[in-house]
Amino acid sequence: MNEIVSTRTNPMIDPAIHIWGWEIPVYLFLGGLVAGMMMISGYFLFRGRQKEMATSCLTLPLLSVVLLSLGMFALFLDLAHRWYFWRMYMTFQPASPMSWGSWILLLVYPALLANALIRPPAWLTARIPALVTLSERIGTRSATVKFIGIANMLLGAMLGVYTGVLLSAFGARPLWNSSILGLLFLTSGLSSAAAFVHLVARDEFEQKLLAKADNAFLTAEIVIIGMFLIGLLSSTAVHIEAAQLLLSGPFAPVFWVFVIGLGIVIPLIVQSLAVNHKVAHTPVAPILVVLGGLILRFVIVQAGQVSHWTRLFPSH
Amino acid sequence: MNALSRRKFLKITGFTAGAAAAGTAALRATGVLQPPAPERGTRTVPTSCDICFWKCGAIAHVRDGELWKIEGNPLDPLSEGRLCPRGTGGIGAHFDPDRLRSPLMRKHLRGEEEWVEVTWDEAFDFIAKKMTAIKEQHGPEAVALFSHGIGGNFLKHMIKAYGSPNITAPSFAQCRGPRDVGFRLTFGEDVSSPERTDIRNARCLVLIGSHLGENMHNTQVQEFADAVGNGATVIVADPRFSIAASKAKYYLPVKPGTDIALLLAWMHVIVTEGLYDKEYVAAHGFGFEQFAASLAPFTPAWAYPETGIEPSVIEATAREMAAHKPSTLVHPGRHATWYGDDAQRSRAIALLNALLGSWGRKGGFYTPVSMDVPGYPYPEYPKSERGKVDNPGHKYPFAHETITTGIREATLTGQPYPVKGWWVYATNLIHALPNEAETIKAIQNLDLMVVVDVIPSEIAGWADVVLPESVYLERHDDLNVEWFREPFIALRQPVVPSPHEQKPNWWIAKSMAERLGLGAYFPWKDIEEYFQHRLTAAGLSYERLKKDGIIRGVKQPVYFAEGVTPTFPTPSGKIEFMSPQLQQAGFDPVPVYHRPPPAPPGSYRLLFGRSPVHSFSRTQSNRILSDMMPENEVWVNTDIARRHGLTHGQYVRLKNQDGVVSNRVRVKVTERIRPECVYIVHGFGHTARGLHHAAGKGASDAQLITRYATDPLMGGTAMNMNFVTFEPAEA
Amino acid sequence: MARYAMAIDTVRCVGCMDCVAACKTENGVPEGYDRDWITYESTGQFPTLHMEIRSERCNHCDDPPCVGCCPCGASHIHERGGVVLVHHDKCSGCKACIAACPYDARFIHPDGYADKCTFCIHRVEAGKDPACVAVCPTHCMHFGDLEDPHSEVSRILASRNSHALVPAAGTKPQIFYLR
Ligand SMILES: Nc1nc2c(c(=O)[nH]1)N[C@H]1C(S)=C(S)[C@@H](COP(=O)(O)OP(=O)(O)OC[C@H]3O[C@@H](n4cnc5c(=O)[nH]c(N)nc54)[C@H](O)[C@@H]3O)O[C@H]1N2
Ligand SMILES: Nc1nc2c(c(=O)[nH]1)N[C@H]1C(S)=C(S)[C@@H](COP(=O)(O)OP(=O)(O)OC[C@H]3O[C@@H](n4cnc5c(=O)[nH]c(N)nc54)[C@H](O)[C@@H]3O)O[C@H]1N2
Ligand code: SF4
Ligand code: SF4
Ligand code: SF4
Ligand code: SF4
Ligand code: SF4
Ligand SMILES: [Mo]
Repeated sequence: MNEIVSTRTNPMIDPAIHIWGWEIPVYLFLGGLVAGMMMISGYFLFRGRQKEMATSCLTLPLLSVVLLSLGMFALFLDLAHRWYFWRMYMTFQPASPMSWGSWILLLVYPALLANALIRPPAWLTARIPALVTLSERIGTRSATVKFIGIANMLLGAMLGVYTGVLLSAFGARPLWNSSILGLLFLTSGLSSAAAFVHLVARDEFEQKLLAKADNAFLTAEIVIIGMFLIGLLSSTAVHIEAAQLLLSGPFAPVFWVFVIGLGIVIPLIVQSLAVNHKVAHTPVAPILVVLGGLILRFVIVQAGQVSHWTRLFPSH
Repeated sequence: MNALSRRKFLKITGFTAGAAAAGTAALRATGVLQPPAPERGTRTVPTSCDICFWKCGAIAHVRDGELWKIEGNPLDPLSEGRLCPRGTGGIGAHFDPDRLRSPLMRKHLRGEEEWVEVTWDEAFDFIAKKMTAIKEQHGPEAVALFSHGIGGNFLKHMIKAYGSPNITAPSFAQCRGPRDVGFRLTFGEDVSSPERTDIRNARCLVLIGSHLGENMHNTQVQEFADAVGNGATVIVADPRFSIAASKAKYYLPVKPGTDIALLLAWMHVIVTEGLYDKEYVAAHGFGFEQFAASLAPFTPAWAYPETGIEPSVIEATAREMAAHKPSTLVHPGRHATWYGDDAQRSRAIALLNALLGSWGRKGGFYTPVSMDVPGYPYPEYPKSERGKVDNPGHKYPFAHETITTGIREATLTGQPYPVKGWWVYATNLIHALPNEAETIKAIQNLDLMVVVDVIPSEIAGWADVVLPESVYLERHDDLNVEWFREPFIALRQPVVPSPHEQKPNWWIAKSMAERLGLGAYFPWKDIEEYFQHRLTAAGLSYERLKKDGIIRGVKQPVYFAEGVTPTFPTPSGKIEFMSPQLQQAGFDPVPVYHRPPPAPPGSYRLLFGRSPVHSFSRTQSNRILSDMMPENEVWVNTDIARRHGLTHGQYVRLKNQDGVVSNRVRVKVTERIRPECVYIVHGFGHTARGLHHAAGKGASDAQLITRYATDPLMGGTAMNMNFVTFEPAEA
Repeated sequence: MARYAMAIDTVRCVGCMDCVAACKTENGVPEGYDRDWITYESTGQFPTLHMEIRSERCNHCDDPPCVGCCPCGASHIHERGGVVLVHHDKCSGCKACIAACPYDARFIHPDGYADKCTFCIHRVEAGKDPACVAVCPTHCMHFGDLEDPHSEVSRILASRNSHALVPAAGTKPQIFYLR
């Protein structure tokens, strides 16, 4: 019997920290999704396939700008000293993932805008005719396009990894304390982005290609989750306890049903059957993948806040 | 918790204080008054704490005109510059937004807590009329005063001048009465308060339920830590693993109510093994042989089934006590009203100390000293022919103070004569006396019920007139001429003004006396003139006292070894091991053990005690203190909790043997308590409507104490006599 | 260079929370918040129990992750004594430092910035002990400079057994509990 009673009752801290509500998971999810989108569209730009991959290269960049802004808005909402958010941009703190993140986000915007400028949509050029000349100048120079593609892939990768590193840098929270988290969130971002294209692409070829890619990403994700958990389970007692939060603890139902089952395994099976013409393509699978990605962020963020180096018995 | 932030309630008090000042604003506009310059910077005022009766010397800090913090006064021998948590958080009393602001008179029935705000004049006129009528009809003795603490001194003086000897406080029959009687019967003297215990120098300290560390009587806790730090052997007997128990070399998880058996067995070992201080007993003892012979049957083996303490542990601890004698202090306890045989238990404690020779010895009990400050030369009080009402026919022959519950009883029955008026000063009788229903019934027999309080407490809710007193940080109180290990006097003086219409006790008493035509008893203009007079008579400087808060006298011998002459003002002039006084009065001349009645099956004995951050029922409204402990918990042994399916933190209600159900209270599932009892901190579960912050938080032990046993020696009300079961409560 | 630290004697501490009350008044800690708190850790089975009582607060770690993670440079190490502090007017309230602290020593002040124990640097710079240390009725807390071998903390740590909290978290905490 070990009774640890603490008299501390700080809001958002006790009995376990709950500093981050929905805003941070949503931000991390949108960040990861945009990261995946940037990598996919950047890849096609780099390969010069922007014409055939219409959704990936036309829709994604502009949509990314919107989603990223939503994500940043969520982040803004989370701040306790909201009107001081600009202070993040008054400094660069090399040891702070969050500082890196805010500056990466600042670089991501020009990359996305440049990407979008290659083929600006008609509704935009109708309003700002100057864009047409600008876009022609960029779009016709394959070296520039390639460069933009590389920049998108690179910044996308940084963004995706950052969403995970943000958490994994917190040694204080055993569940997050795994360097694999960056890779996991990047892969999950890629799979969500691919699923998204799969979902909205009109072109059957693009749709199928991205479904196949998604299957690869989902498979990778499963493996990475496995590595993540094994990593924790082979570490100290507190890390094992942290992993158990997902495996058998209070977060297990959501983790197994929504993240693993509905978010990865079922869509993977359905999509594999679909690409092999065993069943018809269904939007359900990619929708599940996207939702699974979102729930993954929620579960990791929330369970991470519960995971702890010491266990308390609150006094009231 | 989403109560007012400190910042917010500072603003609230600021606002209302401003409103009160609106009248002076008019004067200012006419140029009669210059607006005071806003106060800047920090100033300090020495004063003394009043969150409990220890009265530690303190220094209050005022920053930019606002009370900031309070610290200990390094000159003070009691606190040595360090207050207890309640003292530190005491400033919350000044800021409490639920404070009483102006005099109140009840609108309808007693206890409905519906009030009309009145002026002081209206309140005094009303009271004076009633008091005059009572005096005419029933005599002055029909007005009783319940007054706890030094703050009430001038009211006591007023009531005595009025002609009533019926002045009482719960500190006797609900607290230390049995202890003081037990020690008086043995040594001829009280332990008194502050206790004359030399804890700091004890080499072996025995605590029988005294839960130092939770009981935060400052000097005792400081000295306890010193004793522990110096490696003294600590022996704790308590059904609960208290804070003190966690510091003990020997923790004895004694069954509730069996301490006399333990004490007898300890004394048996010490006597039969010849371990007692033979010289001391021979020189100062009376009736030792008879006492020693009476111990024969009480072997550790006999005590084992009674107390649950293994014979080997009883023997080992007895020998340990003897090894350190005379610097072995068997602490006399303070709140001793437990099981009805309390004066006898206290006597057993006194006798154990006598065997160890600790009375008058270093590390035992020192002889307190004080400064000689003459009282104010008042006219003589009128003599009461009928005497006190509380103890008719000396039913409780050894009660040397007035019994609260005796006055309550007389008020209920009209015997030996009727009591028709109650003044209640700084004592929340609803929480302090057992069996609330009896108290309320007695109040309903009154023609006048006046309560002087600082917050709208439960007892204030039953008043006809409620008088709001300034809190201690805003007022002067009577001079504290303390009896302690070294002589000193201490001053309580205002630090900040009262925010509303509140007034100090001395002003209330003086104004009231003048209404009653007793002005001759308050010949001084104000309390400062009173201080001047007394201090001048003592050859001391009021200016210095004002500046320092404390004046220390010359150290004097406090141990026999230092030259104190051993005197024992008992009838025999000796330490009475066998008590002829008790024998003559028909009681056991040596302590005898009676097994306490067992708990009704399936129920648990309700025990209660202190939290370090609260004083009784008076601090739950103090936002700083309640922040640290907003509600109490019921301690339930892990196995019992499992048996009842109770989980840590869940709310339950407690139901006692008479069907009384408490407010909801959280369960603390713990290994730290015996399975046959549960424990709650006293003072919670407020019901008064005006206590917006404190009402409805936690359970009240007082409400569940419907049964009590009365100590036949002195009329103390033993309250550890109630049993509870668990009832479900909404989340 | 000074290195401020505390040594707290768990043998003497009675868990009375005076240190908590003193911090609240000295530093105007808002109602409902704690910069310091008490932990009661008991082990064993009734009646054979052992209990350690600890007055806890920010450990002013030598390797403070709460400082590194701060994107605004608000969380910082004071030039004196290695005390970890927050510039209120640089803080965005992002809560990264809260997530980074293995002791959960920080909170968000109702005014929006991250707050925690300051080691009462304002008092220390005026030559006084922190408020909690100065008030403790059992004299169980000792504050001082570890770099000075003659300081009270240095001497008491040299002569007694002590432990720090969760050393495995790797932050090098500077509050030591004597036993
Ligand atoms: N059930 C139960 N009953 C007990 C005890 C117990 O543990 N349990 N303990 C017993 C013991 S040991 C004691 S000593 C007594 C204590 O009994 P009391 O002295 O009656 O203690 P409180 O319940 O705190 O009531 C104090 C009242 O004084 C008011 N007050 C506080 N400060 C001031 C002030 O400055 N001026 C005025 N005018 N009023 C003020 C408070 O608001 C409150 O209404 O209770 C005894 N009764
Ligand atoms: N913080 C704080 N300190 C205070 C006060 C306060 O209100 N707050 N009040 C002061 C006053 S006036 C008083 S009188 C004292 C009271 O404090 P004390 O005299 O020290 O203690 P009690 O209230 O008598 O008893 C409470 C303890 O007795 C144990 N106990 C219960 N039944 C038994 C039993 O049958 N045998 C034994 N051996 N132990 C038992 C309980 O488990 C608990 O630990 O505290 C003083 N100090
Ligand atoms: S013991 Fe505490 S509450 Fe009582 S007078 Fe001293 S400081 Fe005040
Ligand atoms: S003030 Fe001292 S004794 Fe009380 S809890 Fe704090 S450290 Fe412990
Ligand atoms: S205890 Fe926490 S807040 Fe304090 S320095 Fe260490 S990591 Fe930072
Ligand atoms: S909450 Fe403030 S101090 Fe903490 S990391 Fe964010 S900006 Fe820095
Ligand atoms: S050092 Fe100062 S800020 Fe820190 S806990 Fe103690 S009183 Fe509070
Ligand atoms: Mo008492």
